[in-house]
Amino acid sequence: MKKYSGAQLFVKCLEAEGVDIVFGYPGGAVIDLYHELDQSNIRHILVRHEQAAVHAADGYARASGKVGVALVTSGPGATNTVTGIASAYMDSIPVVVFTGQVPTPLIGNDAFQEVDIVGITRPCTKHNFLVKDTKDLMESIAKAFHLARTGRPGPVLVDLPKDIVQARDVFKYPRSIQIKSYQPNYQPHLGQLRKALDLILKAKRPLIYGGGGIIAARASEELTRFARRLSIPVTMTLMGLGGYPGDDPQWLGMLGMHGTYQANMAVGNCDLLIAIGSRFDDRVTGKIEGFAPNARIIHIDIDPTTIRKNIEVDVPVVGDCRVALQILNTMVDELNGRSWRDERMPWLEQIDAWKQECPLAYAQDPDGAIKPQYVVEAIHRATRGDAIISTEVGQNQMWSAQYYRFNAPNHFLSSGGLGCMGYGFPAAIGAWFARPDRTVIDIAGDGSIQMNIQELATAVQYNVPVKIAILNNRYLGMVRQWQQLFKNSRYASTSMEAAPDFVRVAEAYGAVGLRATRPEEVEPVIQQALAVDRPVVIEFLVEREENVYPMVPTGEAITNMLLV
Amino acid sequence: MTQQESQETKHILSVLVDNEPGVLSRVTGLFSGRGFNIESLSVAETTDPQISRITATVPGNDAILEQVKKQLRKLINVHKVIDLTDAPHVRRELALIKVRAKVEDRAEILRVADIFRGKVVDVSPSDYMVEVTGDQDKMEAILSLLARFTVIEIARSGVIALPRSKKGEK
Repeated sequence: MKKYSGAQLFVKCLEAEGVDIVFGYPGGAVIDLYHELDQSNIRHILVRHEQAAVHAADGYARASGKVGVALVTSGPGATNTVTGIASAYMDSIPVVVFTGQVPTPLIGNDAFQEVDIVGITRPCTKHNFLVKDTKDLMESIAKAFHLARTGRPGPVLVDLPKDIVQARDVFKYPRSIQIKSYQPNYQPHLGQLRKALDLILKAKRPLIYGGGGIIAARASEELTRFARRLSIPVTMTLMGLGGYPGDDPQWLGMLGMHGTYQANMAVGNCDLLIAIGSRFDDRVTGKIEGFAPNARIIHIDIDPTTIRKNIEVDVPVVGDCRVALQILNTMVDELNGRSWRDERMPWLEQIDAWKQECPLAYAQDPDGAIKPQYVVEAIHRATRGDAIISTEVGQNQMWSAQYYRFNAPNHFLSSGGLGCMGYGFPAAIGAWFARPDRTVIDIAGDGSIQMNIQELATAVQYNVPVKIAILNNRYLGMVRQWQQLFKNSRYASTSMEAAPDFVRVAEAYGAVGLRATRPEEVEPVIQQALAVDRPVVIEFLVEREENVYPMVPTGEAITNMLLV
Repeated sequence: MTQQESQETKHILSVLVDNEPGVLSRVTGLFSGRGFNIESLSVAETTDPQISRITATVPGNDAILEQVKKQLRKLINVHKVIDLTDAPHVRRELALIKVRAKVEDRAEILRVADIFRGKVVDVSPSDYMVEVTGDQDKMEAILSLLARFTVIEIARSGVIALPRSKKGEK
């Protein structure tokens, strides 16, 4: 039987998994892998920092629903991936990261460019492997992809020592993977679902609280059908945006620390909270005792550890949320065309009253500074709400979540759980490779964009026509807001001095640079950027001290919001 | 509804895991990363050489233990998590106790060891090493009795345990 080198086997494994793109950065430990990859049909995108390789694989995964793949070298290459891996871990994104490693006899010897990356990433990967024998290579890779994409998805790291990659073996790719100790439970318990439906049908003021699990399970259609059928209002976390149509009248907007007034008030006053694919994160709940205090709680999630971790629930259901919603929809179908619209009217009217009482609002003076919210709305209008939007972290992220309404899943890419600045730009690049037919825009702050600005080279090298909208307020915005509200406006180390001229930086890299300094320039400059099929940086000089509202201060109940 | 405050108890968890390098590190890393405590830990191969058993004593209330068990089960290398505390089980611990054995104390030390069905496994002109097995109460008792002779060194194995078999018909 023909024997191949470990590097050739690596490529054959990726091909067997249907991988057609890898984001990475070469080095000594992976030079053999790169030699073989270059001769294959798999496209390799050379980034300019390994952190960006993982964020790009992550953005690719979120936009496509497939597993994203990154390849980096040993030592510093591997350690540079840790932030990206931690972000994918917190947000449950399926990526497989391959790291080079020193030859096995040198492991543990403080060799050149050696790190114990398996040890370092143990707490922030779903699982990881050090391949110690070439005969284990294929099974490890197959297991890595299987683990990344099944159950609650997550990042998996595979560490490849140089001698393993050089040794030879026969290619034998496992047809299926069975891991005895890993049996995620997709099928929800029917009895529990019946109990849940019973509560739902009896509830006077039900509320659906969906999250990233809806996107991961591709449950958006089933959720929409269910909510509309029973006239139940819907709110989502940052991770779930797009899982329910943002233009639908039953959509309340995002909930939580910077959620809408009506979403947070609905949580505080509902009598039944239906949590699907969400995990009661502290950015959402605020003070736990104040979260849905008058409600029974149903919690549907594929990961048993999220159930009862933060809050007691009445009906826990472990299972895939799409399967659960399909079953619930079937059960509702058996109720023969009854409508809940009339029953639900008082609750929906109350919610509407809250929305009228305190809508998301800002004041754009046509002769004043550009308001960042205005930029997001202008982008929404110019793209008809159909673009793929990635964000960085902080105020730019929150305004994007508030003011860009998504009507489809897999269009909003944001580092939610880790809150990692520098995520948005490389993620946008990865997303574009997944969906080259879409307009892809990164909404960034002046702080965040400088964390991975070197990826302008990547965008230009491959002519990736992503647009970067920098909301430049010359501050580390969100921290400044907290300092204004809670630290007597002592802006300690949040004034971003010596910011570069972003237009010239874009041009220096060979991209297009545009700038708007007055409100009337905003829409034209966006049109200009969208019309050109090249990477574009648009710098918006915005109001320096604008705050994100509503805001639930730390330790407060979700209904105790600071308002405009 | 919020987490219920309940009594803190000590649970013995028996965890079957892949017998592979790094697995113990995953388990202990899980505990330290999430702020769970391990009071004692013992690990060794089972009859299946690919599976090891980790026996850990974990203090906590019901809510904490529920999270600990779920988080352990979530680890890819963990096959099974059994909480022995609530079912009939046998628990044992082994201790090697090196105690100063002055001539005038030797007889008494031997008597104490004998009462606890321990054995003297090492002798020197200045000290005895006593080996004793039993449950934690027994360990505490013999240690307190030997304390007045000066315990020089002690090595304890940590608790191991297995569930009792069902009595009655096969």
